Amino acid sequence: MNGFGELEPQTPELVRPYVITKGRGLPDEGQLSLITLVTAAADHEQRPTRLSPEEQNLLDLCSAGYLSVAEIAGHTQLPLGVVKILLAALTEGGYLITRAPVQRAPLADRDILEEVLNGLRAKFG
Amino acid sequence: MVSGPSLDEQAYVREGATQTAVKILVVGHFAVGKTTFIGAISEIEPLTTEETMTRAAESVDDLKGVQGKTTTTVAMDFGRLTISDRVVLYLFGTPGQQRFVQMWEDMARGALGALVLVDPERLADSFAVIDLIEQYGLDYAIAVNHFDGAPLRDEMALRDALDLLEDTPVVTCDARDERSSADALITLVRHLQDRAH
Repeated sequence: MNGFGELEPQTPELVRPYVITKGRGLPDEGQLSLITLVTAAADHEQRPTRLSPEEQNLLDLCSAGYLSVAEIAGHTQLPLGVVKILLAALTEGGYLITRAPVQRAPLADRDILEEVLNGLRAKFG
Repeated sequence: MVSGPSLDEQAYVREGATQTAVKILVVGHFAVGKTTFIGAISEIEPLTTEETMTRAAESVDDLKGVQGKTTTTVAMDFGRLTISDRVVLYLFGTPGQQRFVQMWEDMARGALGALVLVDPERLADSFAVIDLIEQYGLDYAIAVNHFDGAPLRDEMALRDALDLLEDTPVVTCDARDERSSADALITLVRHLQDRAH
């Protein structure tokens, strides 16, 4: 029976994004880019946990290795902005560690391009 | 939301390759073959994510162009390729929609360059995306995705129509084919090398 006024169970799809993020704003662009690589901190299990289900899910996802911010959003099917906010909070709390993509500089670029070219040729040549 | 850690080992970036993450954009108008291209190169099943304009502390300025809307979403597809024992390459694909400025800024920031997929029968549809790529200062190459395998009839006419610089590479590719797509990417990277010197 579909009781009038009955409370719907809250599935993630029915939760507004600002509820999941607890009203927090987007982190600094420099802090988490699409290709910033993220993984769980080695000691994350020893930390006092008061994590939301979404935060816990992200932490679990990141506990088996490195994923980019974009991949985490893709796997969880959460909007990118929401994922960034949650990841920033988890990083601040010491649950996650992030590895920013290498800072771009003209010299470093040349080496990277050379490596990308060689990699593509080795893989597909 | 997918619950629990359900990913297999291959889903994660290989240990070591986490040293340097780089990205190349694969852009082009709707249905030109971006997702197919990324799928041909990627070592993971291509993923999709959306950028939302639902921002908790969004200032009025940032919503220019989407007046009256508090939520706007656009999808982008992406894939991954482990290049070496220290470099991992991400390919991001999105249509050129000017109004999703936030997403373009996210995608363009730090990108090595862009491959612009073009349908020779719908050249005018590519103007907007090429404008955006130039606006963000990205070097690019043109890959003409030809589905029927026919050779490009008139490269000069295409260059004229797209108003390309003399040194902008134009290649043909079949986005369904791994080797062909990789060749287009290699052409782009060689062009980026020339521009870096």
